[in-house]
Amino acid sequence: MSLLARLTDGVPARSLWGLGLLLVLLLVAPALLGKYGLSVLILVLYFAYVGQAWNIMMGFAGQLSLGHALYAGVGGYIAAGLFFHYGIGPWAGVFVAVLAASVAGSIVGYLGFRFSLAGVYFALLTIAFSEFTRIAFDHWGWVGGSGGLFLKVDATVDIPNLRGGPLLFYYVILALAVGAFVVCRVLLESRLGRYWLAIREDPEAAQAVGVPVLRCKMIAVVISAAMTSLAGVWNAFYYNNLFPETAFAMGRSIEFTLAPIIGGLGTLFGPIVGAVVLTGLGEIFTDLSELFHVSGLKQIFYGLALLVIVMYRPAGVWPWLAERLGFAEKRR
Amino acid sequence: MSGARLELDGIGKSFRGLRAVHNVSFDVPAGAINALIGPNGAGKTTIFNVIAGVYRPDAGSVRLDGRPISGLRPDRVCDAGVGRTFQIVKPFKGLSVLENVTVGALHRRPALADARAYAADILMQLGLHDRRNQAAESLTLPDRKRLEVARALATEPKLLLLDEVMAGLRPTEIDVMVTFLQELNRRTGLTILLIEHVMRAVMALAAHIVVVSYGEKIAEGTPAEIARHQAVLDVYLGEPEPA
Repeated sequence: MSLLARLTDGVPARSLWGLGLLLVLLLVAPALLGKYGLSVLILVLYFAYVGQAWNIMMGFAGQLSLGHALYAGVGGYIAAGLFFHYGIGPWAGVFVAVLAASVAGSIVGYLGFRFSLAGVYFALLTIAFSEFTRIAFDHWGWVGGSGGLFLKVDATVDIPNLRGGPLLFYYVILALAVGAFVVCRVLLESRLGRYWLAIREDPEAAQAVGVPVLRCKMIAVVISAAMTSLAGVWNAFYYNNLFPETAFAMGRSIEFTLAPIIGGLGTLFGPIVGAVVLTGLGEIFTDLSELFHVSGLKQIFYGLALLVIVMYRPAGVWPWLAERLGFAEKRR
Repeated sequence: MSGARLELDGIGKSFRGLRAVHNVSFDVPAGAINALIGPNGAGKTTIFNVIAGVYRPDAGSVRLDGRPISGLRPDRVCDAGVGRTFQIVKPFKGLSVLENVTVGALHRRPALADARAYAADILMQLGLHDRRNQAAESLTLPDRKRLEVARALATEPKLLLLDEVMAGLRPTEIDVMVTFLQELNRRTGLTILLIEHVMRAVMALAAHIVVVSYGEKIAEGTPAEIARHQAVLDVYLGEPEPA
């Protein structure tokens, strides 16, 4: 079967039309939206993309990482550092970034999985690694230490070097988000994907039916870390500045987890729906904050949103929404 | 699919100094159905876990068709041809019944569509096909036991280890399971070793019985011999009612 046929196998025509329409809308969106609208949509796609990456580990393989900022931070810093010091553009630097994040993911994964740290203990390990990388970067001159790393803001469009305005970054993150969606769908409909689900449900039973548990978990963490590092590279060149304090922040790691949790863990649309809900409402609350001069409304909203979801829709918004819209995707 | 010969040779396993299994040896010939019985805490499940690779034995060796498998990881033991069920059932709860068995079938059939078709076939044989789209967590205990067997069979084992799959089943359901296992064994020559407390099933199925107590083998023989064996009567079966 061709790749396209495999991708669409078993998907109802209605869903395919819906997806196609969504893609067309996203492609022409910049023409329809103003500057502000575009910046919000960029954030939605960013969180959908990293959410998709994080979901591979937690939603598919059942491994809770609360330190994904590590991979985004390492990826972003390396690509930005190479560009800043040697003029090596991100089109090349991205490979180094992905490699470094994959190595970081392998180290965290191996330590955790080889010594059978599960659940909260594994999550603590991921936090620890993210934290001491932050401290190391605080004292590392090459990346500017705690003073930060700044890229020259340059409005001339230079696509391979990721220099340009919001429009360029919009299309790059859109391509990443679409790519991640396709990759996740392919993975989920493969032996590896089914093995992940089995591990998530019961690692001992999975191993008894021949699933090489350690290897599958390692593949999950490496794919997830590599994908997350791409988001880090994109983020570094979009914002043009990097500080260890924010790049490796615990809060950033948590932010990555919100879209899939709210949208629906282990589903393909969960991270996307979650990103729309979170960013959309988050923006409204940011505006309200400014209007009433009360800071932190967005954070309070994030907290409340999580609380409501965990209490009333523990499977997430998407499975509930899908059922109402008549689409079939369940949490697997 | 055909059966493999299992040989246990002087197996020993202790947990922090507590001796769970000591110097247990027995064989299961290729294509046989044998039973492992004994009182609770005798070490039956520990023996299973040693065979299945969950525990590495402190002493002795396990061989499948003459090939040593002790010390291999559970997934490698599965590769070698051992399928097992869990006494406390371990379904993949959030997955459908069909997907549960598909995971097992993927072991030897890497293509998802193939694995799914094979899994559906096994569900048909075990009478679970009507429930294939239900989530495994919604099954009743007897159905979960059947699901355990289906998932283990999907890996196409040469030796099937069944850990109390009859427990909790009604007598008629026990008979159905017994018939299914006999038929499966006759058709495929699959070797079966079962741990079972339900004597009705043991007596109907097993050609040969191994009895363990306090981690040691105290007897082995045909069902008729075991039913008369004084040591077995003392520690496990109890004296027959006076006539």
